[in-house]
Amino acid sequence: MPESPRSTFTSTIRLRLRVPARLRNLELVLLLFAIAIDVAAIALVQLGALGQLDLGVLALSGLLGLLLIGMHIALRVVAPDADPLIVPIITVLNGLGIAMIYRIGLADEDSGWDNGGLRQMAWTAVAIAIAIGVLLVVRNHRVLQRYRYIAMFSGILLLLLPMLPLVGATRNGARLWVELGPFSFQPGELGKVALAIFFAGYLVSARDSLSMVGRRFLGMQFPRARDLGPILVVFAASMLVLVFQRDLGTALLYFGLFLVMLYVATGRSSWIVLGLSMFIIGAVVASQTLSYVGGRVSTWLDPFNPELYDADGGSYQLVQGLFGLADGGLIGTGLGQGRPDITPLAESDYIISALGEELGMVGLFAILALYLLFISRGFRIGFAGQDDFGRLLGVGLSFVIALQVFVVIGGVTRVIPLTGLTTPFLAAGGSSLVANWIIAALLLRLSDSVRSQPRLVIDPLDAADNRLVVGQ
Amino acid sequence: MNKELKRVSIVVLLMFLALFGSSTVIQVLTADSLRADGRNSRTLYASYSAERGPILVDGQPIAESVPTDDEFKFQRTYTDGPLFAPATGYFTLNQGNTGIEGSLNDYLSGTSNSQFLDQVNALLTGQNPKGAAVELTLDRDIQQAAWDALGDLQGAVIAINPKTGAILAMVSKPTFDPNTLAGHDTDQVIAAYDQLLADPAGPLFNRTLAGNLNPPGSTFKLVVAAAALDSGQYTADSQFPNPPQLQLPQSDSVIINSGGDDCGGAPTVSISDAIRLSCNIPFAELGQAIGTRAILAQAMKFGFNSSVSVPLESTPSVYPRALDEPQTMLSAFGQSSVRASPLQMAMVSMAIANGGTLMKPNLVESITAPNLTVLQSLEPSVYGQAMSRETAAAITQMMVGSVSNGAASNARIDGVDVAGKTGTAENGEGDPYTLWFTGFAPANDPQVVVAVVVENGAGLGQSSYGNAIAAPIAKKVLEAVLFR
Repeated sequence: MPESPRSTFTSTIRLRLRVPARLRNLELVLLLFAIAIDVAAIALVQLGALGQLDLGVLALSGLLGLLLIGMHIALRVVAPDADPLIVPIITVLNGLGIAMIYRIGLADEDSGWDNGGLRQMAWTAVAIAIAIGVLLVVRNHRVLQRYRYIAMFSGILLLLLPMLPLVGATRNGARLWVELGPFSFQPGELGKVALAIFFAGYLVSARDSLSMVGRRFLGMQFPRARDLGPILVVFAASMLVLVFQRDLGTALLYFGLFLVMLYVATGRSSWIVLGLSMFIIGAVVASQTLSYVGGRVSTWLDPFNPELYDADGGSYQLVQGLFGLADGGLIGTGLGQGRPDITPLAESDYIISALGEELGMVGLFAILALYLLFISRGFRIGFAGQDDFGRLLGVGLSFVIALQVFVVIGGVTRVIPLTGLTTPFLAAGGSSLVANWIIAALLLRLSDSVRSQPRLVIDPLDAADNRLVVGQ
Repeated sequence: MNKELKRVSIVVLLMFLALFGSSTVIQVLTADSLRADGRNSRTLYASYSAERGPILVDGQPIAESVPTDDEFKFQRTYTDGPLFAPATGYFTLNQGNTGIEGSLNDYLSGTSNSQFLDQVNALLTGQNPKGAAVELTLDRDIQQAAWDALGDLQGAVIAINPKTGAILAMVSKPTFDPNTLAGHDTDQVIAAYDQLLADPAGPLFNRTLAGNLNPPGSTFKLVVAAAALDSGQYTADSQFPNPPQLQLPQSDSVIINSGGDDCGGAPTVSISDAIRLSCNIPFAELGQAIGTRAILAQAMKFGFNSSVSVPLESTPSVYPRALDEPQTMLSAFGQSSVRASPLQMAMVSMAIANGGTLMKPNLVESITAPNLTVLQSLEPSVYGQAMSRETAAAITQMMVGSVSNGAASNARIDGVDVAGKTGTAENGEGDPYTLWFTGFAPANDPQVVVAVVVENGAGLGQSSYGNAIAAPIAKKVLEAVLFR
């Protein structure tokens, strides 16, 4: 049958979309490598701490790997152009966290469900499932912009939930938990996702009035009083958290997130000046009036002081964490061969010192580099995204991870006073895992929209014919 | 938006740089001091579960780690614990470490920087790391001789080779058995420790170089004589008035010679005879003549007022920096507020015995890694030139005279020229004397320097003196070296 002119045309000028499978294939290779690292870490922990392999637990970590492959397949279908690095990075981080929590459980001679590592595995499975759900439900991130006020309300509600009587619970001095029967979670972790969505949505619509109007003072343009409303609300919410939930870290996290998103949206450094001075004044007042804030500062400045070391709620934990890190040295003691269980709360707040002890400075650098890479993938959305809401949300979500990592690890390594926050993806805790996997899912969704803008390329064969040139 | 984003990226980068920096500081730069912190139980567990290296004397272990079944894997065991306790010190679970166990802990536990590659190797091969072996310069026979010679007296004996600085014997009494502190039952160890701590005789002191210092008494005359002769203004024959008693300036007190002795009975006496007969009055006059600054300078050349690490840290012996004239005169025969350890008085003799050159005292012969590579070996090193060769020779002659025909006669050994100086120091109105001897033999080719201190007047209050108690002890130690 003779070829029609039309079919000849289409066959010679084949317009192709960028090949999406290449990204997913890269992801698959990296993901398999990441899963191998995770399983190997569990095996090393068993060899180090038990002297033998526990195949049952190894199989469980293999199952998690299968679930991750499932997420990978979902991405092939619903977000084929999503960033290929995000899933492998958080797979490694999450896996190292599981291995360390499991390891500390072994040191305490917890077996089965008593071992936090197994619970962390279960929570990881739940978190991955929820992340897949987010990817399936949120097909277009612009939809989220519409729900910004719902996001705001749910964010503030989540933030304030632990303050409610009956359900709210205080642990280690901070009122961050909600307990319902046997289940407990930290709603503040999910709150940060909701608030990031709200901030992005609100700022995209309000940026003009926030950035254009105002009077100049000291070479900077300051906003009108009535535009100050939102920043005051967020500031007040942070201070409430600080005073009533006794949680410096979360207050810092929310306020820092808001300031940075405000700055990126409006481009006005006066917001930063204003916000930072407000926070510093608030923090100074708090450190003077609230004993637990002042205590954190003095243990930060002089942790080796015997009085502070022996004091109730003093620097004992901080110093033990430092001892652990020092014991790890350059190359670490090896997984399962250190004594991270000596440090209190080594599986949550101090997991980074536990990892630093057994993996050494080399391992800590690798973990920090993974975080940095993860954050840079998020910022890439901010740089290359097509719509302002998506860009702002991408920046906000990745900055909140960056700030959280800095606040926790900086607290453990004495860069800043210690505040209670979980280390993203590493620390034990279901709510934190779920929240961070949702952030990862949203970033994947956002990155898919960055990539999937149609870009026409010319088949090299046809280009040689010079019949038609089609560019972007 | 991109401009702002760039700035935020830079801020994030700076935040992470701070984290990279802080972890480097903690894990590498200050890691050693963090590991050394007494509150670091990880170091403790690690040092217990690593096979701690032995401490050896003549190639035989005096402290070693024996495998056990408990969680610490090894039990530290001391052979002849009390005999060597001043040198080994103790190694406890949580009361700290002393002696060689403390000062060479890095090597013994295998965590010193020079054992870094071994640690990596042990990590890679999955073996438990082992600590290095420390061989001491002590000689078991000489140590035993010194131990026996001191008997049940409260005091210390130290013997040193003046040519190398190698410490041959280090005995301190009363002492303790480090085995009682090495147990893994913390309560028992604390009880034993508290008991030792509460003992008024201070068994935990290493009196050879630390703990309570004593006034050196007449042994300090060697320092003043060295200062006088080295100044060039005096010779061994320089004469000083020899009154039966001497009125101290600005004071009602008078000085008399030991036991009211007439110091030869002549109207004048030479420095040489004043050493030989150990007279106080001529030395008070000599001290007054050369002045406190000259004595201080000479004393510091011998090591006074500074600590020496053998590598046990010595307590600095004291010659005060500011003394008035009567105090200076008293200090010239080792009274006033002059204080010294046996190690210090041995160092005075070491310099005299070695032609004026003072060698640095050292207790460690070598440190050997488990794979038999030598990590460190004793290189004799010079502490300083304390006086001229001529001065040293002249003072040696005075000391030989003191033993052969003077106040130190009980250190005499047939057929050998022994150089020595006794001391009988007052501690206060009615308090028992401190009895001293420092010296060396043979005088023409010194093999060993000995310093002996006996505290508490050897139980005889004020009716004893250096030649009666300390000199015979030194004699036995010298004989142990010379006739081995």
